[in-house]
Amino acid sequence: MGQTLFEKVWKLHAVRPLPSGQAQLFVGLHLIHEVTSPQAFDMLRQHGWNVAFPERTFATVDHIVPTLSRRRPFLDVMAEEMTATLEANCTRAGIPLYTVDNANQGIVHVIGPELGLTQPGMTIACGDSHTSTHGALGAIAFGIGTSQVRDVLASQCLALDPLKVRRIEVDGTLPEGVYAKDVVLTIIRRLGVNGGVGFAYEYGGSTLDRMSIDERMTICNMSIEGGARVGYVNPDETTFAYLRGRPFAPEGDAFDRAVTWWKAIASDRDARYDDVVRLDAASIEPTVTWGINPGQSVAVSEPIPATSDPGEVEAREFMRFRGGAPVAGTKIDVAFIGSCTNGRLSDIEAAARIVRGRRVSPHVKALVVPGSQSVARAAEARGLHEVFKEAGFEWRGAGCSMCLGMNTDRLEGAQVCASSSNRNFKGRQGSPTGRTLLMSPAMVAAAAIAGEVVDVRTMLAPGRQEVHA
Amino acid sequence: MASTSMPTGPVKTVSGRGLPLRGNDIDTDRIMPARFLRAVSFDGLEQHLFEDDRKADAAHPFNGARYDGASLLIVNANFGSGSSREHAPQGLARAGFRAVVGESFAEIFFGNSVMLGIPCFTASHEDIERLQAAVERDPATAITADVATGAVTAGTLAIRASLPPGTRDAFLSGQWNSTAMLLDRFDEVRAVAARLPYLNGFAG
Repeated sequence: MGQTLFEKVWKLHAVRPLPSGQAQLFVGLHLIHEVTSPQAFDMLRQHGWNVAFPERTFATVDHIVPTLSRRRPFLDVMAEEMTATLEANCTRAGIPLYTVDNANQGIVHVIGPELGLTQPGMTIACGDSHTSTHGALGAIAFGIGTSQVRDVLASQCLALDPLKVRRIEVDGTLPEGVYAKDVVLTIIRRLGVNGGVGFAYEYGGSTLDRMSIDERMTICNMSIEGGARVGYVNPDETTFAYLRGRPFAPEGDAFDRAVTWWKAIASDRDARYDDVVRLDAASIEPTVTWGINPGQSVAVSEPIPATSDPGEVEAREFMRFRGGAPVAGTKIDVAFIGSCTNGRLSDIEAAARIVRGRRVSPHVKALVVPGSQSVARAAEARGLHEVFKEAGFEWRGAGCSMCLGMNTDRLEGAQVCASSSNRNFKGRQGSPTGRTLLMSPAMVAAAAIAGEVVDVRTMLAPGRQEVHA
Repeated sequence: MASTSMPTGPVKTVSGRGLPLRGNDIDTDRIMPARFLRAVSFDGLEQHLFEDDRKADAAHPFNGARYDGASLLIVNANFGSGSSREHAPQGLARAGFRAVVGESFAEIFFGNSVMLGIPCFTASHEDIERLQAAVERDPATAITADVATGAVTAGTLAIRASLPPGTRDAFLSGQWNSTAMLLDRFDEVRAVAARLPYLNGFAG
């Protein structure tokens, strides 16, 4: 009987069974940022522990950094204190840090793959639930809390229980105007926001096989929104081509040896899964969340559900929606393109195709926040920043920004935001009464232009349609 | 609220008053809004638990003195979903909560709570509703949750809750605080690092 990638990676990194009954698992790559690490470094100091493998931890600043003026010291004194604390901790421990004036700074889940730090067959941990993103390259990546960040700093290990593996197979060709974001929102809608608890999600099928690494990252990123702490795609030629030449990828003969190993670490053809779920790509439509969790979504052509389910009633009340009303036509106040879900170059390109030659609706505040400085440079080299600025978008510096509203980029009052991010929780975007509608970057761009939720397919001009085959 | 000294050593029973918090899918952004993560320590987080929900709803159970001193939080399904922020269970622990009893928990929240010595017991929907109703009727009801058996008693009400066996045993033996265990036999950690192809130039 064959094995899944998850089983192979787990066994390879298992140190020993712990007296607690859990497994001690070695962490091949540890990523840290300014928000969930300072208390972990404090705990280390209190116990007199050192950082065990400083060369296997990498740091950046993303959650709180300003996206307007980046001059130090930051005007936001807390942003300055948290950034300075991370800088001091990294200097003391000898941990490489991409801080705000470094050309490689960006959202931790954008820069890991971009630098080639993220590789197939690795175990990866980071004090952030969207660490599952790194699974797009065939890594097993865990979001962890701060006490576990302390554990990884002190021992390069985690105490974990094994997961079951659910294969999610998506086959067929996505219709034009339908993106990876729509696929993952549809998966979460189908399986529920807690359907993945206890599972790692292995995504595959012909649709995933044809997807770029960026698209696979969007899908793996939101695994946690379906309750699955881990999501991954088996490494293939797309993965190897993506990694070749990246700063931390192996070079020369080592790269060829790596490819041999990466192929062997993928799930076997006869691997057995604890569960298998199938989706037809052709049936997926541009999808929009209408509620207060990422499972509360509809196709843009559908009405908002009118059920008496208490969770849905609460969501409609908070969102000020009427059951049975169309989601299309919902007026928006803010449009946000960015985040670890959809802040990469291909996302910005997809949005730019909609924006080019058009104007943001006068009542909409629209911003693009590239996922990393490298993404920003690549977009600027293609002139995309001018496309957005001419249309009335703001073009900002790299960071998490309005995905979670930890810096000054926040919704105000009960504003409605069309957002390419990952969470529509109450208060998520920094205003307790703010309302978030999650959708693909192209759909956000379309909403920014129209001033309301609109089917992006009506804005795809003939001759420049999306090609996903 | 109750004592704020954090748990250490074996956790065998949790006793005290309860706080019933109704609703499914209560995420960690609601437990601890992100603006309170703007700090380099966890100090004072207990003041901001459910801050936005409390402002929006005067009848929120975290408002007022009705459930003051509670040490067991009683929740419904998928509690603690979303962000991995440990600030959420840290806030609960610092407010004096020493156990959570609910229908189900998000995985990262569950693990983060274990790291703080706080067991998250699961029980059936019906039993949780009965427990919530009992505490709503009489907030002074004395509750005891037994880690070994999963028995939860609240006055005359007795329900069956459970913990995963590994977690249960870790609490009973006091080995829920993992760092010391992970540092024990560190030569085995180095041996794993030495066999990983990607840490060794993919040689051999």
